[in-house]
Amino acid sequence: MLSLRGLTRRFGGLTAVDAIDLDLAKGELVSIIGPNGAGKTTLFNLVTGLDRPDAGTIHFEGQDITGLSPERLAAGGIARTFQLGRVFGNLSVMDNVLIGAHTRLRAVKPAVPVIGPLLELGLALLRPASVKAEEERLREEVRAILARFGERLLPRIDQPAYSLSYANRRRVEIARALALKPRLLLLDEPTAGMNPTETAEMQALVAELKAEGLTILLIEHKLEMVMRLSDRVIVMDEGRKIAEGPGEQVRVDSKVIEAYLGHGLSGTSEQDSAA
Amino acid sequence: MSSWLDYTINGLIVGNVYALVAVGLALIFGVSRLINFAQGSIYLVGAYIGWVAVVQLHTPLPLTIIVVAVAAAIVGLIIERFGLRPLQNSVRIAPLLATIGISFVLDQLVMLTFSPNPRALPSQLPDVRFQVGGGTIGPLDLLIAGVGLTSAFLLFVFLRYSKLGWAVRAASQDRDAAMQMGVDVNRVNQAVFGIAAALGGVSGMLVGMYYNQIDTAMSLQATLKGVVAEVVGGAGNVPGAVIGSLLLGLVESYGVAVFGTSYRNLFAFLLLVVVLVLRPNGLFASARQAPPEPLTGTFIAPSRPVRIPHWALAVAAAGFALLPLFPVSFYVLQTLINAWLLGMLALSLTLVAGTMGQVSLGHAALLAIGAYTSALLSLTLNVPVGLAVIGGGLMSAALGTLLISPSFRLRGHYVSIATLAIGEIVSLVILNWESVTRGPIGISGIPPLSLFGYDLISPTSIYWFSFAVMVVLALLQGRLLGSHLGRSFRAIRDDDIAARAYGLSLNRYKSLAFIFGGFAAGVSGGIAAHLYSYINHETFNTQQSILALTVVILGGLGNVVGAMLGAVALVGLPEVFRVAAEYRILIYGIVLLLLVRFRPQGLLGTM
Ligand SMILES: Nc1ncnc2c1ncn2[C@@H]1O[C@H](COP(=O)(O)OP(=O)(O)O)[C@@H](O)[C@H]1O
Ligand SMILES: [Mg+2]
Repeated sequence: MLSLRGLTRRFGGLTAVDAIDLDLAKGELVSIIGPNGAGKTTLFNLVTGLDRPDAGTIHFEGQDITGLSPERLAAGGIARTFQLGRVFGNLSVMDNVLIGAHTRLRAVKPAVPVIGPLLELGLALLRPASVKAEEERLREEVRAILARFGERLLPRIDQPAYSLSYANRRRVEIARALALKPRLLLLDEPTAGMNPTETAEMQALVAELKAEGLTILLIEHKLEMVMRLSDRVIVMDEGRKIAEGPGEQVRVDSKVIEAYLGHGLSGTSEQDSAA
Repeated sequence: MSSWLDYTINGLIVGNVYALVAVGLALIFGVSRLINFAQGSIYLVGAYIGWVAVVQLHTPLPLTIIVVAVAAAIVGLIIERFGLRPLQNSVRIAPLLATIGISFVLDQLVMLTFSPNPRALPSQLPDVRFQVGGGTIGPLDLLIAGVGLTSAFLLFVFLRYSKLGWAVRAASQDRDAAMQMGVDVNRVNQAVFGIAAALGGVSGMLVGMYYNQIDTAMSLQATLKGVVAEVVGGAGNVPGAVIGSLLLGLVESYGVAVFGTSYRNLFAFLLLVVVLVLRPNGLFASARQAPPEPLTGTFIAPSRPVRIPHWALAVAAAGFALLPLFPVSFYVLQTLINAWLLGMLALSLTLVAGTMGQVSLGHAALLAIGAYTSALLSLTLNVPVGLAVIGGGLMSAALGTLLISPSFRLRGHYVSIATLAIGEIVSLVILNWESVTRGPIGISGIPPLSLFGYDLISPTSIYWFSFAVMVVLALLQGRLLGSHLGRSFRAIRDDDIAARAYGLSLNRYKSLAFIFGGFAAGVSGGIAAHLYSYINHETFNTQQSILALTVVILGGLGNVVGAMLGAVALVGLPEVFRVAAEYRILIYGIVLLLLVRFRPQGLLGTM
């Protein structure tokens, strides 16, 4: 359903993403691991349209989506979370997650060319029954999504996101992504900064999403979680894909061990690039 | 042919002057990612210190230059130490607002000390012209070129060979990395503010001598020109700023040659808008770059808005509505009418700057568009005044949004620059488009307000009318904020990258915010036109934009009730305390500074 071919992004002299090929089938969960600075987040930015590749193509559900705007891709069913967390700080938990459902607004956002935006303004002010019903339905949905996080978010539904704990902000991000009803979900280090209990909760949630058939691309440092969840693991280092395969196989790959252990040691990276 | 050479020389000389301002802006932007709106005020201060030195102290030229440079540098250091350093850990909007406030305060202080009337600043140089090729060049031209080259050389040596210069370069490449390596950021900031101020001050003095005239309007012009040059060269790029300045000087000079003097500024601002649209990173920017993570939620101060119960609002509204039935003086009504007009403008600005995060400094232009439209509709087409005012609102919504749209892809400080420039463009077009706007003469004999055929002439009826219009606009805006649009606007303000990743189109929602806000501002301007009965291109000026901004911050960014409360407070309190008119603007500037420092969330909190 997602396929990358020769995807490349350079920043000045640095090639952050270097000719990456990747295929993701429907319902699959693929993890991307690799040391910091390997180019994982940049790869996510390319797939979600926040950055444009210098070379290579991205196909999603058979269509070439290379270089499309993030707005278009969101409407096409791609949702993501951000490594360092990008919640809307002054919005309540409810509003944060409602923004996730923005691409699904229909009644208040009629797909009329040219005067569409003006109609949207008018409908937002007049609020006919259809608009009110839609808003109410989405709010119900948001409550259902928040319920997946147990008692973590529901009691704080009206609090501004900036007042939440770090872990709760990460949860809000995931809830927001789920509200988009994504066909492809990209999670960028969802457990970064979480303690073991919180990590276990997150792992259970991701496993649940996978069981529901969601297609997921996961960046994660906690290898134990990666090994349990992933159908396949891709290892990146210095922009390149250095290994790919089932978790157990990648784990014992010598290049991977070198990349993790010997990173920065003289000689090893040259050997890697030569290999 | 010879005259072309003259225009080229003139362009390069003026460009040299701009470069002195722009280089300082670029240095400051480089290390602190801040557009220093007070740079023009330092330039103004430099010009007046030069005047004091030359005219009162009779200093010789070399000493004059040194006095100006040192005095301006001290002003720069004070601004850095007391205006900006306390805001180091605040939200991103805070230093932006602080430099705006500082600029306002400095300009007013100069105006109060020296009066707003222009003064002559003699150049102390012999008045001869040398023939060079086909053109002529004077000693002052050579002085300016010499000062420009010497400053460039000194700056180069400083940045290249001194330890502090190395620290400045390190900090502008990667501030965090530099801090980890032990670079003292405060020292770096001091250095760049001191240098920028010295260069800016000398520049102001030289310009004063070049035109043999200084006045307080120089400040805003200098900030704008410096920023144009800096943005053209690529923000934070010091050599780029020099090239951008020379380019700007030449474009203006040739533009004046072809179209005449009153078009000088128009070219500068059009150049800015074109560059911002086509190459927002400047002509010499290297590669396209995505902004680094995270930029989350730090633009405005987070706070919980004070919730005022509906009944209390209803009681307050009823109180103000019934006020004219009590024996109150004409003076009180007049003051409150002004507050309601300002309240409408503040509603507009609080939506755009607070809810949407686009800190507009050209908001008075929306008033002007509404006022001219309404005045001309009623005067030339005999449209009933009530409809004409609505027409003014609609025109302001449409035209304002169209004009501002090039700035939609910009962020933070750039939006303020672009809106400031667009505001100036509007006022210049009004001045120059005589066949429609009657140019500098202005429009007189505008019919009074009327509704359904009844003229509203008594203060009471005008009071009720403007109050009712403001309340209706406020109710509509409250409804807007409660809809999915309010949520979308605020999401874009908090994090436009995350907003885009969730399908929110920046163009669409920024347009909608400006359409709604433009309407309110246009209606305010329209009503004002019919109250004043005479308007010209200076009726709606930057002072009103800044006043509205202060109101908005006082009330709480994005806060509808806060905007109205702020308007009543800022219009009413000076009346209560009988503050002399010339000190009011100074007080507004100081209020703005104090708010940014001590209560960034305003009285009622940001929404
Ligand atoms: N906007 C940018 N400009 C310049 N360099 C960048 C930018 N974004 C990322 N990089 C660089 O690209 C490399 C890959 O970064 P990133 O994708 O964030 O790695 P990861 O997510 O694997 O830790 C790093 O060296 C980083 O410094
Ligand atoms: Mg990353």
